[in-house]
Amino acid sequence: MTAIGARVRRTEGPDKVTGAARYAVEYPAPGVAYVWPVQAPVARGTVRSVDTDAVLAMPGVLAVLWHGNAPRLAEVADHELLLFQSDRVAYHGQFVAAVVADSLEAAREAAARTRVDIDEQPHDTELRADRADLYTPEKVNPNHESDTSQGDVDAELAASDVAVDVTYETAATHNNPMEPHASTAQWLGDRLLVHDSNQGATGVAQSLATLFGLAEDRVQVVSAHVGGGFGAKGTARPNVVLAAMAARVVGRPVRLALSRQHQFSVVGYRTPTIQRIRLGAGADGVLRAISHEAIEQTSTVREFAEQTAVGTRMMYAAAARRTAHKLARLDVPTPAWMRAPGEAPGMYALESALDELAVACGLDPIELRVRNEPAVDPESGHPFSSRNLVACLRDGADRFGWPGRDPRPGVRRDGRWLVGTGVAAATYPARSRPASAAARMLRDGRYRVDINATDIGTGARTVLGQVAADALGVAPDRIEMCVGDSTLPPAILAGGSMGTASWSWAVDKAARELRTRMAAGVPEGGLEVRVDTADDVAALDAHWSRHAFGAHFAEVRVDADTGEVRVSRLLGVYAVGRVVNPTTARSQFLGGMTMGLGMALTEESTMDHRFGDYVNDDFAGYHVPACADVGTAIDAYWLEEQDRYVNPLGIKGIGEIGIVGVPAAIGNAVWHATGVRVRDLPIRLDKVLFR
Amino acid sequence: MRPFDYARATDPAGAVALVGRPDAKYLAGGTNLVDLMKLGVETPALLVDVARLLPTGIEESADGLRIGAGARNSDVAVDRRVRAHYPVLSQALLAGASGQLRNAATIGGNLLQRTRCRYFQDVTKPCNKRAPGTGCPAIAGAHRDLGILGTSEHCVATHPSDLAVALAALDAQVHLHEAAPVPLTGLYALPGDTPQVETVLPPGALITAVSLPPLGFPSRYRKVRDRASYAFAVASVAAALDVVDGTVRDVRIAWGGVAPRPWRAYQAERELRGGPATEAAFRAAADAELAAARPLPENAFKVPLVRNLTAAVLGELAGVDR
Repeated sequence: MTAIGARVRRTEGPDKVTGAARYAVEYPAPGVAYVWPVQAPVARGTVRSVDTDAVLAMPGVLAVLWHGNAPRLAEVADHELLLFQSDRVAYHGQFVAAVVADSLEAAREAAARTRVDIDEQPHDTELRADRADLYTPEKVNPNHESDTSQGDVDAELAASDVAVDVTYETAATHNNPMEPHASTAQWLGDRLLVHDSNQGATGVAQSLATLFGLAEDRVQVVSAHVGGGFGAKGTARPNVVLAAMAARVVGRPVRLALSRQHQFSVVGYRTPTIQRIRLGAGADGVLRAISHEAIEQTSTVREFAEQTAVGTRMMYAAAARRTAHKLARLDVPTPAWMRAPGEAPGMYALESALDELAVACGLDPIELRVRNEPAVDPESGHPFSSRNLVACLRDGADRFGWPGRDPRPGVRRDGRWLVGTGVAAATYPARSRPASAAARMLRDGRYRVDINATDIGTGARTVLGQVAADALGVAPDRIEMCVGDSTLPPAILAGGSMGTASWSWAVDKAARELRTRMAAGVPEGGLEVRVDTADDVAALDAHWSRHAFGAHFAEVRVDADTGEVRVSRLLGVYAVGRVVNPTTARSQFLGGMTMGLGMALTEESTMDHRFGDYVNDDFAGYHVPACADVGTAIDAYWLEEQDRYVNPLGIKGIGEIGIVGVPAAIGNAVWHATGVRVRDLPIRLDKVLFR
Repeated sequence: MRPFDYARATDPAGAVALVGRPDAKYLAGGTNLVDLMKLGVETPALLVDVARLLPTGIEESADGLRIGAGARNSDVAVDRRVRAHYPVLSQALLAGASGQLRNAATIGGNLLQRTRCRYFQDVTKPCNKRAPGTGCPAIAGAHRDLGILGTSEHCVATHPSDLAVALAALDAQVHLHEAAPVPLTGLYALPGDTPQVETVLPPGALITAVSLPPLGFPSRYRKVRDRASYAFAVASVAAALDVVDGTVRDVRIAWGGVAPRPWRAYQAERELRGGPATEAAFRAAADAELAAARPLPENAFKVPLVRNLTAAVLGELAGVDR
């Protein structure tokens, strides 16, 4: 029995349930002070002055920071981090000053009373398809062409027997991890020690070193336990810069845990999108044309170009294919990564349009997808390292009871409920990035493995221990896995579904190397090896198209009187390479699917354009799905899949794919239940019945 | 957080005396007041804790049920007598908030909670209720969740309580320390041009109990919400219906989520009494009440929603086949 594939319990579970696991602001720091930001009350303007004397006279106040007195920071690419370096206000809620005080209460109160004199200027925050200033970015994230085109879309559409031309919209949504962005910063001589909640301490340490002009070995960022991130903690955020700056100014450790309301301004969110999809097909449903044009927003602080239409490039074959991205540069907070950036909104549009095409063709939506399954990656022409989408659809159909489904909409009723079912495909790139790791023998037959991986609640620590155990040929409880500290061997962040794939490669390599060296004899001082996978990753054969696939099935019930939509069943079936730990993997899938349910039905950040901010900035106003919404009939399965071309262990990564097809599956099910096609997320009750 | 004083009274008279100074507030469960203090919306100089002095019992008599103002929402919701005789009340309580909040919230405090209008809760924005005379940004802004009945050009906020909607339908009386009781339906003031005035209670009034006259016919509460978990009502209905031989003998209807107070639909009740218990009649009655609605662009859907919901709930109570 290998450790990989076993249901190993989370090694830090007891620490978490007993409170022994420390999060960023729970570390003791003698003499700690607190910083609290002052946010811009306008969406565009220039800071004239801050009445610092009045604030400094308030009880417990140690310092007031703003651009007139803040320490200078060195240039970094992400200008959201350049706190108080300019007098320019770029969006409502931007940090324009901060108060450091002896207590959190004093800091908050003084910050609330801090008067910032701002010369307000007219702002523009509205994303619309008819804006004259939409522009094509040079690249979309992470490094894709903005626009692609093959063949003549217009000609193929004109020659198609069936065509669909529809526009979908998705709302701005905020990541909202349970643990807010939080930091404790302290300067120990010329060293900076930060406990910070993030998805990658290596990158955060590098950013801090650059900003504060320090050698990288002078900065230590510890992120031992992290209460979720969903992309919003992928890189350093303003909170950690503010804590470090404040600590330097007052010469004491400084803590900051952002509020829930702060989550809606300064840490990132998923851009709203407007997406036009055009599909043309023969009467047999075989696609002739696919066009996907996405419009989204970015800020004036830095460009963030969500890769919304990129997933469409490799999903289905067609003679003519076109994708395009356009951005509006607005006076808004900078959008950022949120679980499956690109694929989550993009596949919602594509997979909804495919459902509309199936209806137009009179074809079962699964059959339509099967007929359009490409032999090779239609974009690159490369073979897929593995592509088991059809197998996922077939397996899911059997589990879900899809065969024999009546395709007619609005005809199934259970009491007051209209019932419908929907399906959608999912995909996410399977990428690996370089990582380093160290492994060494301990005295008692145990081993320690170091890697700066981050466990953001996924079980990464446990999973990597399983990988090391198999490589060393020992039980997982012989492995001491050390993660979440920038002084450990550097590795890629927990993001892009790349973590386990990249980290396991380095851990496996280090452990194998240690085992080999041990076989040759153990020297007196013990044995430690350190490896790096940069060369291995660079040597990956570029002529494979590497992606994970999945199929989502939803059954919804729509109240015939009120339009309320409830999801009675949600199923995901995945082909994601090798699954290291079925327990933690299932948890990831269900979490992603739940987040997709929220994107489909409830999550929406509402901007009031007169003020330029998101007004529903708490959990009473921003509805994330909770247990009663998910119910018990949610389940995830995966197929056995061996893919030796993605990385040595055949791991594709599972953090994002769970969210990808769920909004479309639910939207398609709502149509099947009611005959109403809601094309703008979230699918609120008023959109279903009352417009 | 703004510094404030805290005092614990030992009896109602002591509490009333303590709260007599300006900027003093009673504190019971604190589930709304403390949140608003964190947001800077409420800035009391003194909190007078009444949680331990308010009666918490539920007493049954020939006059009906009397519920102490300090009773916890969760305790009242599961009380055997409440569930047997006033299911609408139990259902309304269980539809509100979350388990944790229901364990902390009190019956008296629940009636006096403040609106969930986003602008009211954000001190950086204008709001006639929070800062009289500054304007109402909701009317041209995010008002999808706000009111369609009883609103004014100065305020379109809704009262957020589920409990109060059930109590309005039940003709509940609100008992005060050393003052005459007030009918629940008369407790709340409509906004007019003074939206900061939310109740008819004089300063320092202390709610001690809520009483319910007997109700001899079936009742129920249904809440329409944007998610199944903890969420405020998009709209709700509390209804009780007495049908004899297909004719409506008595009926009570109150709506939540649509007005600055729990909206007792007296006009709809008048339309129905003595008439047929049919879906068409239920719809027509709801429309008669909704004729007074003044919906805004984003919440106009609440008019057909409330009509549908009312007809559905009355239909269920009447056993009408649909």
